[in-house]
Amino acid sequence: MSEITPESVRHLAQLARIALTEDEIVSLTGELGAIVDAVAQVQQVAGDDVPATSHPIPLSGGMRVDEPGTPLTTEQALAGAPDHDGSRFRVTAILGEEQ
Amino acid sequence: MSELIRASAAELAQRLAAGEVSAVEVTQAHLDRIAAVEGDVHAFLHVNEAALDVARQVDADRASGEALPALAGVPVAIKDVLCTLDMPSTSGSKILEGWVPPYDATVVARLRAARMVPLGKTNMDEFAMGSSTEFSAYGPTKNPWDLTRIPGGSGGGSAAAVAAFEAPFALGSDTGGSIRQPGAVTGTVGVKPTYGGVSRYGAIALASSLDQVGPVSRTVLDAGLLHDAIAGHDPRDATSIPDAWPSMAAAARDGASGESLKGLRVGVVRELDGEGFQAGVRQRFHETLEKLAAAGAEIVEVSAPNFQYAIAAYYLILPAEASSNLAKFDSVRFGMRKDVAGGTVEDVMGATREAGFGPEVKRRIILGTYALSAGYYDAYYGSAQKVRTLIQRDFDAAFEQADVLVSPAAPTTAFAFGEKLDDPLAMYLNDVTTIPANLAGVPGMSLPMGLAPEDGLPTGLQIMAPARHDARLYQVGAAVEALLEAEWGEPLWAKAPRLG
Repeated sequence: MSEITPESVRHLAQLARIALTEDEIVSLTGELGAIVDAVAQVQQVAGDDVPATSHPIPLSGGMRVDEPGTPLTTEQALAGAPDHDGSRFRVTAILGEEQ
Repeated sequence: MSELIRASAAELAQRLAAGEVSAVEVTQAHLDRIAAVEGDVHAFLHVNEAALDVARQVDADRASGEALPALAGVPVAIKDVLCTLDMPSTSGSKILEGWVPPYDATVVARLRAARMVPLGKTNMDEFAMGSSTEFSAYGPTKNPWDLTRIPGGSGGGSAAAVAAFEAPFALGSDTGGSIRQPGAVTGTVGVKPTYGGVSRYGAIALASSLDQVGPVSRTVLDAGLLHDAIAGHDPRDATSIPDAWPSMAAAARDGASGESLKGLRVGVVRELDGEGFQAGVRQRFHETLEKLAAAGAEIVEVSAPNFQYAIAAYYLILPAEASSNLAKFDSVRFGMRKDVAGGTVEDVMGATREAGFGPEVKRRIILGTYALSAGYYDAYYGSAQKVRTLIQRDFDAAFEQADVLVSPAAPTTAFAFGEKLDDPLAMYLNDVTTIPANLAGVPGMSLPMGLAPEDGLPTGLQIMAPARHDARLYQVGAAVEALLEAEWGEPLWAKAPRLG
């Protein structure tokens, strides 16, 4: 059986910045446990001599010509933002009181 | 219904060029059809209000004698995963509700350059995670063959739109089968190109090493025409293959003669048949193999022993990449924000992502976060990447014995809504036939293989070719299509229920 516990789901959710409800933590603990048990078999398949593949079609870094283009305007870049001050994205406090 | 909506894109292009019909008439016929059946099908998340204006301009330019591209004036539907300057692009998620991107995806820009008429944005599982469209934040799409059943996913909207004659063809995206499995269960054609063959710029990323944009249509030739319009190098996508591509439409036209089946080595993948496959799907598959043999193809059995680990490797690699790609939905630059009284920006991020993501997206982000976390990375993600190497080697060995590989495109016909919703693993098993091609980057096509005898629903044949040999898929696919239609006396889509 996998080692997925409610505590580990809570920790992962915090790392992923998703404020899961307690009900979600309970259901995800069971679901993730079953999924991890099913996918864990990959560990038994390949030996040390098998290289990892990160990309299906290997391409070496293509270089483009360095020429000036037309980037988005500030207005375009901000148009979809939930909040901005006309030149920057605006967010709420980035530090908590204890910091 | 208007005969215009039952015409293929190739026929429409020909009649438009000959001046027998106008782009406005063709577009209006499809908008009328959308209005008539959307209440039942719900294939679209957004219908383009400017479609008739675009069509009008094509007609005006044609009238003034301007030389227009071959597909000018032909309508097309676009999966909502693709960024469009003039229409919202939500990827099926509440977190992007109403978001209008500041740029077009390269494939969309190419449709516009080809003077096609975008009809609207099609429904999908949220961020392309799912096999049924049940995970769309905007409600599921219904299968036009049976409205109580799923249209496949994630691209169920594009497949259903084409199957219901709301569009002659559409764009989809395929990370683990999201073009091909909907194709199979809606009796349509769908192609996942070679990885890197079509630009991913402006396709809202799910798993960047697996995602490919491709065509959805009712005929192999139409898929080839759309493929030709979107393929080719894009300097904005670092994984885009810089080589030139042969014409897929030309390959389809060539293949339709049927001669290309003579001496063709067709490899049947032993691991993609048998247990877990619906009896009627297997029956149609083996009948198709017999017809191919009768037409001169050589049927060879090939084994790909590592395909049995493909789903496991995929459900580590995909969540890992997705958890990283979806980190950008942080309530700062675009999309929704859920405020938290007195909270920090981190609290707001957590609340926004909790409110904005649906259950499958949360599941996969958490799973991916787990697979990438310290202490587990080598055991899970690293091992999955090694399996990927072994699957590529299986393909290499199989393609030494066969020119193309075939399998059923999906293990079953369309299942009922709700049937697999509470069992993530059962839902994942739906992709057993399609995932290997994504892991190896090879191209795959699904095309209609007849109706299953037990439920009268469409089945699909999958054809796979070596990487960069997409044209072979079209040549063989068009030959198989011609062979089966000659036997049926009509295309499969002619049997589809007449909705509306």
